[in-house]
Amino acid sequence: MRERTGLSGIFYDRVLPVGTVVAVIVVAWYAFAVLLNAPFERDQAARAGTEISTSQLVSNTMAQDRPVLPAPHQVASEIWETTALKKITSKRSLVYHGWITLYSTLMGFVLGTGLGILLAVLIVHSNILDKSLMPWIITSQTIPILAIAPMLIVVLNAIDLSRFLPDALAGTHVEYIVKDVLPKALISAYLSFFPVAVGMVKGLRSPDVMHLDLMRTYNSSRSQVFWKLRWPSAVPFLFTSMKVAVAISLVGAIVGELPTGAVAGLGARLLTGSYYGQTIQIWSALVSAAVLAAMLVMLVDLSSRIVMNRMGMAR
Amino acid sequence: MNSGVLIAALLFWVAAWLANMWLVRLRPAHQPLTQSINLLIPALFGAALIALWEGITVGFNIPSVLLPPPSMIWARITSSVDILWADFYQTFLKAVLAGYAIGCASGFIAAVVVDRVPFLRKGLLPVGNLVAALPVIGIAPIMVMWFGFDWHSKAAVVVVMTFFPMLVNTVAGLAASGAMERDLMRTYASGYWQTLVKLRLPAAMPFIFNALKINSTLALIGAIVAEFFGTPIVGMGFRISTEVGRMNIDMVWAEIFVAALAGSLSYGLLALIERAVTFWHPSYRS
Repeated sequence: MRERTGLSGIFYDRVLPVGTVVAVIVVAWYAFAVLLNAPFERDQAARAGTEISTSQLVSNTMAQDRPVLPAPHQVASEIWETTALKKITSKRSLVYHGWITLYSTLMGFVLGTGLGILLAVLIVHSNILDKSLMPWIITSQTIPILAIAPMLIVVLNAIDLSRFLPDALAGTHVEYIVKDVLPKALISAYLSFFPVAVGMVKGLRSPDVMHLDLMRTYNSSRSQVFWKLRWPSAVPFLFTSMKVAVAISLVGAIVGELPTGAVAGLGARLLTGSYYGQTIQIWSALVSAAVLAAMLVMLVDLSSRIVMNRMGMAR
Repeated sequence: MNSGVLIAALLFWVAAWLANMWLVRLRPAHQPLTQSINLLIPALFGAALIALWEGITVGFNIPSVLLPPPSMIWARITSSVDILWADFYQTFLKAVLAGYAIGCASGFIAAVVVDRVPFLRKGLLPVGNLVAALPVIGIAPIMVMWFGFDWHSKAAVVVVMTFFPMLVNTVAGLAASGAMERDLMRTYASGYWQTLVKLRLPAAMPFIFNALKINSTLALIGAIVAEFFGTPIVGMGFRISTEVGRMNIDMVWAEIFVAALAGSLSYGLLALIERAVTFWHPSYRS
């Protein structure tokens, strides 16, 4: 096959194939929407004692209130209505719910990444921790952590961490964070610390023996070896694992919102949608979660490119 | 305040730490001895963690609604084996295994097809990579609506969750064999299928096992979370969400213990199979 370069290369290698696949998915989605929603329409027609024409059937299946599978344009218009046309402070606005989810996602991501880096540094520098803690970190991920999420939320709500705050902070934003955001963020943190810890252990051990020996001949201390050699060579590993961590952190935040009794957030939208059979609401929450995830991953990717460029490690 | 237990637990912790320090410094000459020491160190660490947990919960009289001591959880596990088994049967043996098998197999087949058609590879891989990063767990309520409350809906969630990691990893694995090796196969005049079976699939095995391992955890998570959206009155996710509501936290921990055991055992089993299948890989050859 001839290699294409430049703009036409981008078109033939990226835009055309990806566009085709996306188009096929949309067409298949419409087809399934008609197929899955048709029995309801036929049932309605049979009850009314009328015949329904095929064209009527198809147009009806795309405009149901509670379809089995909503058509893409229904989801799109629901998202448009609940983002652009509602005030963002309204409880029916997706921006409001998305922001709540994003808030605990980011907090959990920062906590988890910090914890992961800390653990990795300890493990790399302590032989005992390496042998005793590392197997348990790996085991901790074979446990379906998300299963603990509802319990963690209920228990943390029962303890009510905001009790431990000084009185002066009552009613402030800090109380809100500790009371409502922290339990969810802890789940995100638990999920996201693992890829960072494992990736950073690998990264901090990635310098060559030659380089480490060179540092020894310079008579450099442990902290100098760390800051001048280990840390810089671990940065690419850090960003790779942060991409995984931010995506999984969003999953943690969404699942963390399920057991709080569907108060707020994208997870709560999923739950209320499933309680009341509001399929369009479920799908719009799902699509916005997907967009959020894609944006977060792209943001981490972008910052990794910028940092790598500054460090002279661009590929 | 029950300080005797707390002090005993702390003493055990310190003793275990000192023992580990001593064990790490040992450099035994025999290979099997080194291996058993490498197993003993994390085991001792885990035992110390559990002792500390017991000591703190009993020592500070922490209400069992918040955090039950391990002894209480163990008592609950032994007294309700039949319930735990029924939940395990419903969630793991029905939903997880069926979904895992279908999801991994279809992901694998799709990857082989995608690999054959370059156009599909260029188009499907970015989409697959994106979907693999999405919170797929969100489809759980939809699947429950479509396939009913029983295990079929959970299996469907597991299928969707495991499909994309398998697809992406297998496609990457099929590209892993070197150009030299493929040229060699060409000089042997081997066809597409021969090259696939004798060279490219074996070379892809580390990637495929990576996906199988990732999926084993994902599958359990998917099935349990899907049960939060509606189940018959049996299943691990169902038990967790109802017992949390009834404040029987020890029962929840018992379920978590079962889930952890199932997760670790399936991971270990996969690791053993991987070792047998990819014996040639540098990481096992040392």
